[in-house]
Amino acid sequence: MAEVLVLVDHVDGTVKKVTTELLTLARTLGEPAAVFVGSGFEAARDKLAEFGAHRVYVADGEGLDDYVVAPKAEVLAQVVGQGSPLAVLLASTAEGKEVAGRLAIKLGSGVITDAIAVEPGTGDDALVATQSVFGGSTVVHSAVTRGVPVITVRPNSTPPVALAGAGERVDVAVTLSDAAKGARITDRTVAARTGRPELSEAAIVVSGGRGVGGPEGFAPVEELADTLGAAVGASRAATDAGWYPHQFQVGQTGKTVSPQLYMANGISGAIQHRAGMQTSKTIVVVNKDPEAPIFEIADFGVVGDLHQVLPQLTADLKARKA
Amino acid sequence: MNIVVCVKQVPDSWAEKKLSPSDRTLDRESADAVMNELDEYAVEEALRLAEANEGSTVTILTMGPAKAGETIRKALSMGADAGIHVVDDSLHGSDAVATSAVLAKALGRTPFDLVILGTESTDARMSVVPAMVAERLGLPQLTFAGKVDIAGGTVTVQRVTDYGYDTVEAPLPALVSVVEKINEPRYPSFKGIMAAKKKPVATLTLADLKLSADEVGLAGAWSVARDFAARPPKAAGTIVKDDGDGGHQLAEFLVTSKFV
Ligand SMILES: Cc1cc2nc3c(=O)[nH]c(=O)nc-3n(C[C@H](O)[C@H](O)[C@H](O)COP(=O)(O)OP(=O)(O)OC[C@H]3O[C@@H](n4cnc5c(N)ncnc54)[C@H](O)[C@@H]3O)c2cc1C
Ligand SMILES: Nc1ncnc2c1ncn2[C@@H]1O[C@H](COP(=O)(O)O)[C@@H](O)[C@H]1O
Repeated sequence: MAEVLVLVDHVDGTVKKVTTELLTLARTLGEPAAVFVGSGFEAARDKLAEFGAHRVYVADGEGLDDYVVAPKAEVLAQVVGQGSPLAVLLASTAEGKEVAGRLAIKLGSGVITDAIAVEPGTGDDALVATQSVFGGSTVVHSAVTRGVPVITVRPNSTPPVALAGAGERVDVAVTLSDAAKGARITDRTVAARTGRPELSEAAIVVSGGRGVGGPEGFAPVEELADTLGAAVGASRAATDAGWYPHQFQVGQTGKTVSPQLYMANGISGAIQHRAGMQTSKTIVVVNKDPEAPIFEIADFGVVGDLHQVLPQLTADLKARKA
Repeated sequence: MNIVVCVKQVPDSWAEKKLSPSDRTLDRESADAVMNELDEYAVEEALRLAEANEGSTVTILTMGPAKAGETIRKALSMGADAGIHVVDDSLHGSDAVATSAVLAKALGRTPFDLVILGTESTDARMSVVPAMVAERLGLPQLTFAGKVDIAGGTVTVQRVTDYGYDTVEAPLPALVSVVEKINEPRYPSFKGIMAAKKKPVATLTLADLKLSADEVGLAGAWSVARDFAARPPKAAGTIVKDDGDGGHQLAEFLVTSKFV
C-alpha cells in the first residue's frame, strides 16, 4: 500500500489535534506516515504512533525552526522524492497552506486547499477532495491531475480515532538551500495563554461581536465559554475596536472554525464573518435584532439582549453541573 | 526603491457567487467586479513605503481579463505610478499554480526591490499565491505581515501567527504579503482619479512572457473541479423571542442536543 504523508503540526513536540485527524484520514487512503520537522520529536513519538503512523520521517537539523515556511516544504519534497507516496496531507491553516503551495511548485504537483473530506478517486483520479465554497452554499469535488496530490484539510473535518501504528523513526538529513534561508525569524512573541482550547480546534466556540457593547461585554461571553469548556471567538468589529485580541477573530481574515457548536452573540452575520464559521455543525444565535442575517443560518436563535440571555444560560448550565 | 504590488480583480464579496455549469470555473459575469479588498491594503502599504523613501516607484501588476484594467486604474488613482496587465484568452480558468507562474514571469522582466501582495483573494480564498511566487523566484518570503519596516537594504516584518507574531528579517529584494489590520487604505481623490488617466499601463500577453497556452488556464490546471452541487438549504432553525426565559430555552436546547 502506498504511503500517505502527513506533515505534523506541533509546537516543540506537542502535537496538534488536527494531526491526529489527518492520520485518521490518511489510514482510509493508504499507509499513514508522519513527517516531523524541527525539535521535540521525543515528545511527539507516542501520540503519532497512537494514531496510526507506521513510520515517522524526522528532520531536526540545524536551522529548520529559524526560517519562514520554506524549510518544511524542502523536507517534504525530499521525503516525497525518496519514495512514491500517494499524497501529502497538511492542516489547512495559514502556514499549512503556504507549505502546501511551495511544495506543489517544487514537486510540479497540483494543490487543493481547505478540503473537508478526501476519498479514493475513480478512473484517473487517485483521490477526490470535497470542498465547501462560497460561504458553504456550494459543495465541489476536486482532483489533482498532475504529480503527487498535495491537499490541505480543515481542522475538525475527521473525528480522530486511535489505532496503534509502529511509529518507526526514519531520520532525514537535510541541507537547506540558500533560497530556504531567505527570511529569518529573529524573535517569537507569544501572546498570553488563555487556558482555553485552541480556537481552530475547539469542539465549541462562543463568539462575541459589536453587540457585546465594549471590552467588559466579553465577560459574560467568557464565563459561558468556560462553563462549556469552549474557546472564545470574536467578530472583526470587536477586534478592530480593540475589545478582544486579533488572534481570536473568526472569519475571512481571521480563523476558519468548524466546531460541533458555534454560538454567535451580538454578531450580525456579515458574509466575511460567515466565511469563517458557516461549516459549523450546529449554530446558535443570540441577537436583539430579529432581522439580523445570522438568524438565516441558525439552528436555534434567541431574539433578545445577550446581557440578559447569556447570564441566565450560564447559571442554568452551572446549576446542572452542581 | 521599486515596489511592485500584485492585485486581483474579484467579484464583489457581497454578491452571490456561482460556478459556471459549462467549465466549473467562477462565473465572473454574474457579479460586480472590484479590486480584491485585501489587495487595497497591499497598495496602501506600498504607497506609504514609497512616500517614506524618496525616489521610489509603485507598479501595479495584475493578471486577468480586459475588465481587470479597471482595478489597475483604481490603484493608479490611489497614487501608484504605473501598471502591468497580463491579459490573454488562454488564461481563463488558471489555478494558483498557473497564476503564480504568470506573476513570476512578469516579475522576472520588471526590476523591483520589493513585491507586496494581499494575503488572500476573496474569490479563490487559497492564500497560496504569495508563497508560490516566492518559491518560484527564490525570494525571501515575509508573508502575513502586520507591520513592515525597511532600513538599509533590509526588510523587517511582524508575521502574524497563531500564537502572536514572529519578527522576520530579510535582505532586499523580497516578497511581502500584508494582513488587513496593517493600515487603513486611502480613497482615491478627484485629483488622483484625473492623474491616473495619464499613467502608463503596459499590456503583456503569454507570448511576451514566453509561456505557452497549455501551461496556463484550464488546459494547464493541475487540479480540476470534477463536479459541484448547491448544498441543500439548511432547514429553518427554531427562533424564539426572549420573554425573560430566553436563557432557559437556550439551555434546554443545548441539553437536548447533548452539548452539555
Ligand atoms: C476585507 C474584509 C475582511 C473582513 N474580515 C472579517 C472577518 O474575518 N471576520 C469578521 O467578523 N468580519 C470581517 N469583516 C467585517 C464584516 O464585514 C463586518 O463588518 C463584521 O463582521 C461586523 O461585526 P459584528 O457582527 O460584530 O458587528 P455589527 O454588524 O455591527 O453587528 C452587531 C450585532 O449585534 C446586535 N446587538 C447589538 N446589541 C446587542 C445586545 N445587547 N444583545 C444582542 N445583540 C445585540 C445587533 O443587532 C447587530 O446584529 C471583513 C470586512 C472586510 C471588508
Ligand atoms: N490574477 C492575479 N493577479 C495579480 N495578483 C494576484 C492574482 N491572483 C492572486 N494574486 C495575489 O495573490 C494574493 C493571494 O491570492 P490567493 O492565493 O488566490 O488567495 C492576492 O491577494 C493577490 O495579491
